[in-house]
Amino acid sequence: MAKNHVTASINGQQVDYLCDSTESLLTVLRDQLGMTGTKEGCGTGDCGACSVICDGELICSCLMLGVEATGSKIETIEGVADSDGLHPLQQKFLELAGLQCGICTPGIIVAAKALLARNSDPTEKEVRYWLAGNLCRCTGYDKIIRSVLAAAAQMRGEEIAVAGELTV
Amino acid sequence: MSEMIYSVPASLTEAVQQLAVPGAALLAGGTDLLIQLRGGRPVPPNLVDLKKIPELQLIEIGPDSIRIGAGVTGIQITDHAELTSLMPGFVEGVGLIGSTQVQGRATPIGNLCNGSPAADSVPAMIAADAVCEIIGREGSRELPVGDFLTGPGRHCLKVGEFVVALRFPRPRTNQSDAYLRFIPRTEMDLAVAGAAVNLILKNTDSGPIVADAKVVIGGVAPTALTVDDAAQALIGTSLDDAALLAAGAASTAAARPISDKRGTAQYRKKIVAVLTRRAAQVAFDRAAQQLHGSND
Repeated sequence: MAKNHVTASINGQQVDYLCDSTESLLTVLRDQLGMTGTKEGCGTGDCGACSVICDGELICSCLMLGVEATGSKIETIEGVADSDGLHPLQQKFLELAGLQCGICTPGIIVAAKALLARNSDPTEKEVRYWLAGNLCRCTGYDKIIRSVLAAAAQMRGEEIAVAGELTV
Repeated sequence: MSEMIYSVPASLTEAVQQLAVPGAALLAGGTDLLIQLRGGRPVPPNLVDLKKIPELQLIEIGPDSIRIGAGVTGIQITDHAELTSLMPGFVEGVGLIGSTQVQGRATPIGNLCNGSPAADSVPAMIAADAVCEIIGREGSRELPVGDFLTGPGRHCLKVGEFVVALRFPRPRTNQSDAYLRFIPRTEMDLAVAGAAVNLILKNTDSGPIVADAKVVIGGVAPTALTVDDAAQALIGTSLDDAALLAAGAASTAAARPISDKRGTAQYRKKIVAVLTRRAAQVAFDRAAQQLHGSND
């Protein structure tokens, strides 16, 4: 059967691809477009490793068909850093050890970026609830939350020391 | 992988025609369907995506009613300030479905049509007297949400029919609702049990009392259950302890739960009473605050 011809914007670039109707956006990104920064964890929307932003909303790319992206604006981890260097989120994850094995990290960075786009000054609780769909088996989450709060502060122009124990 | 033709109707008329193909399936958010396909559900010959039909993407708040289209996602609802102030219980139920990521895609009408006994958005829909607007080859019809579900994963839609929108009577200024569920963690799980309470208050010399009530419990029977005895226990009271205990006991008596990995039947019957009492109190406090505010 003929494949579907899809035109979408991915990280600001117009991209054309052919896909089967049953292929997920995640499969298209990884296997067709070679964009392997987006990870597959569970494949059922429970772990958040495949998080991308579609038309401004955070989604699991395993729960969206590639063909549904027709005309959409997709943002992936590959588009987070720019020519000037790493995004503040990426920088703070490195500085504050917000990752260990790294499999969950692209999804968490993308999810955190979506949060900061709608709320530049989230509370710790808001960060924790927003990221509840992103599972991490290594860090115990604390350093992830610190990294996100520190990046948010830096992006607001407040270079604060994030020290001490978090409350939750 | 079997072949599947994906189509994107631009109008309801086109959608009805495309869903008339035998075996055709409907796609809204896709957060249940894609998991089912991955889990071995037979691939439908046609998949009809409703997300490009403009009228299905709307939240319309009118003087008498509120209408939510089949393509409206969870985050559109939880971000909607006016809807949240009018129906906080319904909005908090929607906000409990899955993760932020799932909310960005999933639709409450999909949550209803998927037919899970634990669906978090459904009890508050029923408690608010929501009606399904249904369309199919033979025309349009309406059905109260409370009559729509017939069992786990089962509903009253005929072949080729689909739910276009939910319509709620606009809540009055002395009316509010609440939904509470119990899960072992605070996010990302299915309800062990849930309770939605919708109350209309009236002022008396000794303070507000319940003029009308609806209590709907979830996760404790094959479908969400309307518990008339619980509502009757609340009506005419100011939600004193005896009324709350009686309402909770009525929910326990109505519940017909199963035992599974999330909880035993005995536990579910007990916790649904607690949730009923607490949701009633939250709904009462919200409505009383509005009543107080409107008198200022």
